[in-house]
Amino acid sequence: MASDAVGGILLAGVTLYAVFGGADFGGGLWDLLAGTTARGRAPRTLIDESITPVWEGNHVWLVFDLVIFWTAFPHAFAAVMNTLALPLWLALAGIVLRGSGFAFRKELSHLSLQRAAGATFAFSSLVTPFFMGTVIGAIAAGDVPADATRASLAAWTSPTALLAGFLFVAACGYLAAVYLVGEAASRGNRAMQGYFARRAQAAAVVAGALSLGALFELQNSDPVVFDRLTSGRALPFVVVAGVCGLAVFALLAVGWTKGVRGIAALGVAAVVWGWGVAQYPVLLPGTSVTLSNAGAPEATMVAIIAVFVAAVVLVGPSFALLYSLQGRHMLGGGEHVALAAAVPVGYVGQPTAGRHRRQPPVADHAPDDAQNHVGSVTRTAALGVVTIAAVIRRMRHR
Amino acid sequence: MRASGEVLHSVAQMSAQVVPARGQMATTLGFHIILACLGIAFPFFVLLAEFIGLRRRNETALRLARRWSQAMGVLIAVGAVTGTVLSFELGLLWPGLMRQYGSVLGFPFAIEGLFFFLEAIFAGVYLWGWQRLPGWAHWWSGVPIAASGIFGAMSVIAVNSWMNQPGGFTEAGGQITSVSPWQVFFNHAAIYEMPHMILAAYMVAGFLVAGVYATGILRGRRDRYHYTGFAIGFVPAAILTPFQIFVGDTAARSIAQDQPVKFAAMEYVAQTSRQVPEWIAGVYVNGRVYAGIKIPYLDSLLVGFGPGTQVTGWNTVPPADRPPVVWLIHLSFDVMVGLGSLLLLWGLWAAYEWWRRRRLPPQRLFWWAGAVSGLAAIVAMECGWVVTEVGRQPWVVYQYLTTADAATSNGGVVTSLTLVIILYAVLGAATIAILRLLSRRWRRGDTEESVPYGPSPEPQNADAGEAGR
Repeated sequence: MASDAVGGILLAGVTLYAVFGGADFGGGLWDLLAGTTARGRAPRTLIDESITPVWEGNHVWLVFDLVIFWTAFPHAFAAVMNTLALPLWLALAGIVLRGSGFAFRKELSHLSLQRAAGATFAFSSLVTPFFMGTVIGAIAAGDVPADATRASLAAWTSPTALLAGFLFVAACGYLAAVYLVGEAASRGNRAMQGYFARRAQAAAVVAGALSLGALFELQNSDPVVFDRLTSGRALPFVVVAGVCGLAVFALLAVGWTKGVRGIAALGVAAVVWGWGVAQYPVLLPGTSVTLSNAGAPEATMVAIIAVFVAAVVLVGPSFALLYSLQGRHMLGGGEHVALAAAVPVGYVGQPTAGRHRRQPPVADHAPDDAQNHVGSVTRTAALGVVTIAAVIRRMRHR
Repeated sequence: MRASGEVLHSVAQMSAQVVPARGQMATTLGFHIILACLGIAFPFFVLLAEFIGLRRRNETALRLARRWSQAMGVLIAVGAVTGTVLSFELGLLWPGLMRQYGSVLGFPFAIEGLFFFLEAIFAGVYLWGWQRLPGWAHWWSGVPIAASGIFGAMSVIAVNSWMNQPGGFTEAGGQITSVSPWQVFFNHAAIYEMPHMILAAYMVAGFLVAGVYATGILRGRRDRYHYTGFAIGFVPAAILTPFQIFVGDTAARSIAQDQPVKFAAMEYVAQTSRQVPEWIAGVYVNGRVYAGIKIPYLDSLLVGFGPGTQVTGWNTVPPADRPPVVWLIHLSFDVMVGLGSLLLLWGLWAAYEWWRRRRLPPQRLFWWAGAVSGLAAIVAMECGWVVTEVGRQPWVVYQYLTTADAATSNGGVVTSLTLVIILYAVLGAATIAILRLLSRRWRRGDTEESVPYGPSPEPQNADAGEAGR
């Protein structure tokens, strides 16, 4: 069936956005939590260098997914847009502020302005995935009526939706931290490798707890999906997700970095596919809208498949080129002033042609600082989990 | 009674969202379209500068390319996010349009998505590859940006032209039953809308670049750097201007056939008649044109090359199917044509001076015109969008779906419109401030910078990476 194939393409697009675009949002989250100007220099520099050349390409997956959604399933698209208008507007505002804040920070030279642009970028990196998560959570919980014409506040403030929002933030932070471990390792920056490994582990704990919370919350809101996830056809995906999460945690604990990024991405992809497979063939849970009865005419579906094939052929190798150049540190610099909010005194900005790259001197002192930090990060993470759990409990009892 | 009252009430409520929703779409599209023009065409000018720099070993051109690509980085980022706003708004403001025709107009958007990918990916390579990619490899990495700008623009314009001349689908009982994607893409209006907009983008970008350096020259910075910057922007844009006027003229004639009511609003044709006069400027109120210049027979001449040509008036459709505020459509059209013609004359002036004396005109008026040429191109382009969008009203899909039926029934559009206006004002001001900051920084660095400048002949990271360890 063409509509099933297109459903798969849409889910693949969502997966790619989550795995690549999500990590860029997570980078903003770690930028937000990197602390004061002096202490946050080294991580902010690494985050900035890792995101800069790739975030726009990764962002396009969102647009691509939107287009496929409305082209293939226009009625369901309109229902989602009507019901969840408010979180979508808020996510959109976050997207605008994130992108422009990030781009502006690079060009600003005054420290205070850099801080303002950086805070805009970092804070909206937190807000955007949260509201996107509530949108997905509301859909999964079956709170989007098939013929919705009105926005609904209840739809996206249900426990499932809010949990999904927190989960998205945690998952973005998790992916970003794992990727940044790899980035730091490829630059030979041991201090940052450890710094982000600890954060990746903390985020893994939080994301894992929130995933379990969301899973059991689904028992109330969408029992069919819950059964399929825990004992039905979607169980293998849950198992893969769990194994990947544990594997990443263990590998980071022993300081292994090879292949960890791929495992982390696979784990997140398994969560997305678990959700998709669990609710298949229903498009909007809680309604009778399925992939086949909500779909566009056959010719449109075929056209989407053709565009997707073209994307694989054209966009795939282009991304491969971009990531491989990025991986070999061929991209960077340009005529930019150094990111003062992220670069220590004495570090002469990004290396200019012919000039040798210098390691930020502050990085040498980072381990002690980071050692003190590990406890506080774990404590913060634990506190966060407990708080979120308490909020959810309260809401359920109400 | 009660039921009909409710229907009336809901219709009134729906309509209440139409005006703010249109206002918001106009604001966000009007803002984004400037960045879109730069996204489509500016990479071409950057690549042209780099090409000249590499081919002729011209340090000045290379320096310009490098600096422009830094500005391009900011503009592409802001353009990417403001473009995403429009994708969301199609669903958030116009769910009626997407529910009914999403499956039809989705295909061109999907094609656009492909080119948006290529543009964003290669922008990542080009913008950040200046230092470590070898010269010509770096140049080639920019070519897909310029190419996908053109093809992406074609795809988006395919959607807009389809809304003006819908086709390529069948509808039965309110459901879309079949779609021919390529007929949707290459609809009847696409043939003139696509080149019109792409040329407009090249004119906006070229004249903006020229304007920046013309301003510098006016302020006394008469150096090789400024003249090179001016010429790289000015020459392609000025060459394209006559083509644009030809395409625009063809488009107007096609609109007289395809969307006669829009054309009637553009030219103040109230009654279908022959020997129709052309109105230059003027405001139409209650059947009279005030403060306009009337040129007898000219409209008929322009439409059919003869004074006896019949031109359709807006009296052919009931008042509810006519576009609102015809004077806005007419004046926008006149401003667009007027500014386009002035830009043509300005280009001809330079061409004449070059032909006779092998130099650019030294008169200050020429450089003053240069300083405002970018702004003029933007105003002309925005006016063109007012003509095509307001002129299509009350339809969103011409003769298939009204804008009122497409609009969201959710309240709060006035609030979101207000917030959007504030956010975009800040965003626009910040973007301009950043570009000015860059220009000031470059100017300060003019004396400090040392050559060699430009992409390094060999990748340099091998030793650089070692040094870090």
